Amino acid sequence: MTRPPLDYLLGSDGVRADATLPLTWFTLAISIIVCVIIAWLLWVGVRRARANGGAAETVGTPLEPEQGRGLSWITIGLAVSAVPLLATLIWTMAALGHVVGPPRRSGMTIDVTGHQWWWEVEYHGANPSDTFATANEIHIPIGTPVVVRLHGGDVIHSFWVPALAGKTDTIPGQQNIAWLQADRPGIYRGQCTEFCGVEHAKMGFEVVAQPANDFEHWREAQLQTAPPPATPQLIHGMQFTTFRCGLCHSIRGTDAASHYGPDLTHLMSRRTIAATTLPNNPGALAGWIQAPQGMKPGTLMPDQHLSGAELNDVLAYVETLK
Amino acid sequence: MRQPAYRTPRIGESTPELRARLHAIWETAPGWRGWLSTVDHKEIGLRYIVTAFILLAVGGVEALVIRLQLAGPDLHLLTPEQYNQFFSTHGMTMIFLYALPILSGFSNYLWPLVLGSRDMAFPRLNAFSYWVYLAASIFLYSGFVIGAGPNDGWFNYVPFAEKDYNPGINEDVYALGMVLLGISTTVGAANFIVTAFKMRAPGMSINRLPILVWGTLTANVANLLVVPAVSLAFFLLWLDRQFGTGFYQPSAGGQPLLWQHLFWIFGHPWVYAIVLPAMGMVSDGLPVFCRRPLVGYSLVALGTVATMILGFGVWVHHMFATGLPALSLSFFSGASIIITFPSAIAVFAWLATIWTGRPVITTAFLFFASMILLFVIGGVSGFMTASVPVDWQLTDTYFVVAHIHYVLIGINVFPVVGATYFWFPKMTGRFLDERLGRWNFWTMFVGFNLGFLPMHLTGLLGMPRRVWTYPEGMGWDTLNLITSIGSFVFAIGVLIFFYNCWKSYRSGAPAGANPWDAPTLEWSIPSPPPPYNFAVIPTLASRHPLWEDRLDESEARSSLDRGMTLDEGKETIITTAMDAEPDRIVEMPEDSYAPLLLTIGLAVLFAGLLVKLWLVAGLGGVGCLAALLLWLWPRQEMRERSPEPRKIGEPAHG
Repeated sequence: MTRPPLDYLLGSDGVRADATLPLTWFTLAISIIVCVIIAWLLWVGVRRARANGGAAETVGTPLEPEQGRGLSWITIGLAVSAVPLLATLIWTMAALGHVVGPPRRSGMTIDVTGHQWWWEVEYHGANPSDTFATANEIHIPIGTPVVVRLHGGDVIHSFWVPALAGKTDTIPGQQNIAWLQADRPGIYRGQCTEFCGVEHAKMGFEVVAQPANDFEHWREAQLQTAPPPATPQLIHGMQFTTFRCGLCHSIRGTDAASHYGPDLTHLMSRRTIAATTLPNNPGALAGWIQAPQGMKPGTLMPDQHLSGAELNDVLAYVETLK
Repeated sequence: MRQPAYRTPRIGESTPELRARLHAIWETAPGWRGWLSTVDHKEIGLRYIVTAFILLAVGGVEALVIRLQLAGPDLHLLTPEQYNQFFSTHGMTMIFLYALPILSGFSNYLWPLVLGSRDMAFPRLNAFSYWVYLAASIFLYSGFVIGAGPNDGWFNYVPFAEKDYNPGINEDVYALGMVLLGISTTVGAANFIVTAFKMRAPGMSINRLPILVWGTLTANVANLLVVPAVSLAFFLLWLDRQFGTGFYQPSAGGQPLLWQHLFWIFGHPWVYAIVLPAMGMVSDGLPVFCRRPLVGYSLVALGTVATMILGFGVWVHHMFATGLPALSLSFFSGASIIITFPSAIAVFAWLATIWTGRPVITTAFLFFASMILLFVIGGVSGFMTASVPVDWQLTDTYFVVAHIHYVLIGINVFPVVGATYFWFPKMTGRFLDERLGRWNFWTMFVGFNLGFLPMHLTGLLGMPRRVWTYPEGMGWDTLNLITSIGSFVFAIGVLIFFYNCWKSYRSGAPAGANPWDAPTLEWSIPSPPPPYNFAVIPTLASRHPLWEDRLDESEARSSLDRGMTLDEGKETIITTAMDAEPDRIVEMPEDSYAPLLLTIGLAVLFAGLLVKLWLVAGLGGVGCLAALLLWLWPRQEMRERSPEPRKIGEPAHG
């Protein structure tokens, strides 16, 4: 069986999740054992009563006055409970030390901002010109701790990539720190987990963990501005796109420079659109541009009602944003 | 002074003449006048219970709609906004309008009966508490019925609840309604606390209180301390929304986390407030069917109090993911693990009671006994979330949804239904049907576990809570379908319960004064109890006045048939806080419209604030003042008297 995308019980793929997983299993095992023992004690206790004929009578059964006799149950019960509880307490503190802070030597730092209902991701380099933004898809190099500075764009969201690490909230007015370190290449599903309004359900993202080389290639590609349009259709598409879409989105290298919605400069390099709501293919993209309210009701992107020709031009242009 | 400050009460037997005289004194007027003005704790208790059960049914229907929406991936029964209002209203209803009020109802009905008193300490306050609860319930639902219900979950995080992101009237209704409800909870809490310490029969010293009283008392001390936090939180939210005060808005220098602290400082003790009284029901009811006293009475009572004290120090475990420093997290994590100890005392005490007793398997017993297992399941899942690193994965997934339902249904609904089977004969004079009872129990038990046990796994496989739908391929489809089926089976069980109540109320088998051969005071009086409860004030010599001959714990015997008659007016006795020695004779208030009028004034005030008609709000405020004047107008006949002449040089009591 393949692991469900948001599972954190059947495996882990990052340093922080690795440190948490055995503790999860330990507490889960204790919990199940405790439930089984109590269920057994209850079942046997009631069965014994039936054997004694208790069930047949409603009143008048003689009482057993010796009140002290049961007290040992409480003392023994508490003493036995103390062992797993203290073990859990110690293990919790130890694990907390492993997962809590970012390691002193971290490979890189990125900024992630939660918006209703998408994720803004910002990368930085040595120079200011090395800064670029993308959305809903976070690329990280494997084997390197990546510090994630979390910001709240509007309301509170929560940043969660279960295969790599637990949750950290993104809260307006404060900066929270999370960090990710993937053991192996892969695409790990993330999700907003703090209720944030109408489309809280459709606020996913993906973390793409790649070998350092691949990551560098990706970063260099992302730093490029959008290619200039080469044909009359593309020119018209670009004009129309910057005019209409540019009200909310930015496409670096064009006049579209608003930061209200996701950066579209390399839209076609991303695997999904609308925060993992749809796969990124021309059909889904056309549907999304025309009628986002049908696919993600309540999303802040309005339906566009473009004519067929306009839509074709926009699509043709957007498909060059690789 | 026309009357002396002391009076030696007459001691007598419970004779027909005395009972007739007391009946005339204590009876509520018939017809609608009596209905609107009664201050009888039994009437008020039953109203609480009926209202809370109706709201349980309403909240349950909301849950079923939610479960239909989630039965499969990508369903579109509800729009996202409708779904958000449904789950928020469901939470609000179950947590605020059902879970505590139902317990207040039982405690209101039972306390004077188990304590040997003729009423609660403040009967008019009691009536007021109910009326405000009713008004707040209607107020809180007024938004939902016009399509503007709360839409930010029951814990209502800011800034999403602020006007910028939530411009409708939804959150105004919720904020003001919660402040209104807080008034009901607060006055109710004050009444319970004073009643527990002052309104006990002579001889019912503090170590003879039923555990139900310990649970409710502890819960209400907590309520008195923490409800102001949440009322303040909602009031500040309302100010933010109406006047832009910016308490929670970072752009204005405010702090979103302030809300979470204020809310959870209230919210976590509240969770204990809605389970401790229910645990008390089990601690009192289960031993009756095990035919022996509860094992470890003192430990269970102390465990109740200790749980609550520790419960004040764990609220941050709801906020582990908010970026607080690791050092504070480890304190709260430790406290949340340690709180298992006092809570576990009751579990072992109940198990020991079953093992060392001879259980009689009635429907009530089944509900009480099964609760032990549900309590443990809800407890261990809570223990898992106490471990910070594990919680960072578990929190805000369906694992927590499963946990909260094991707590609220397992530790509240199951004991409450059991308590209904147990005390229904006392309240109505009739048994609930046992055959239907078995069907009732097994459908509820199977349905509940079928619905909510798999939900733990849904959460462990990563399903976030509060999502209106989910895509295919996440591994949650089958589990959600099972949960939806289980929830409907559970609903059928609840339906059988309501049907049983209705049927048995009309034609159930008659029950005598003590149908279960139970040991405590409420079973010493007729079923249903007369308006004055006790014809003569009993004097207690032990914790189990009706089992004394068989238990033979001591030489002394309680006096139930002979005692103070207190029949010169609407009187009862006040005793000292610890030893319950007679202290004062108090004149209890007559039935009064003042509580209802004050509630109407408050409702008008809050409605005026909601729609921002300040004139209406002002009129409501004036109405409140008028009702308070009527209420508090001094009356000579309502003063207290000492039951014995005061010796010279001895300071006055109180």
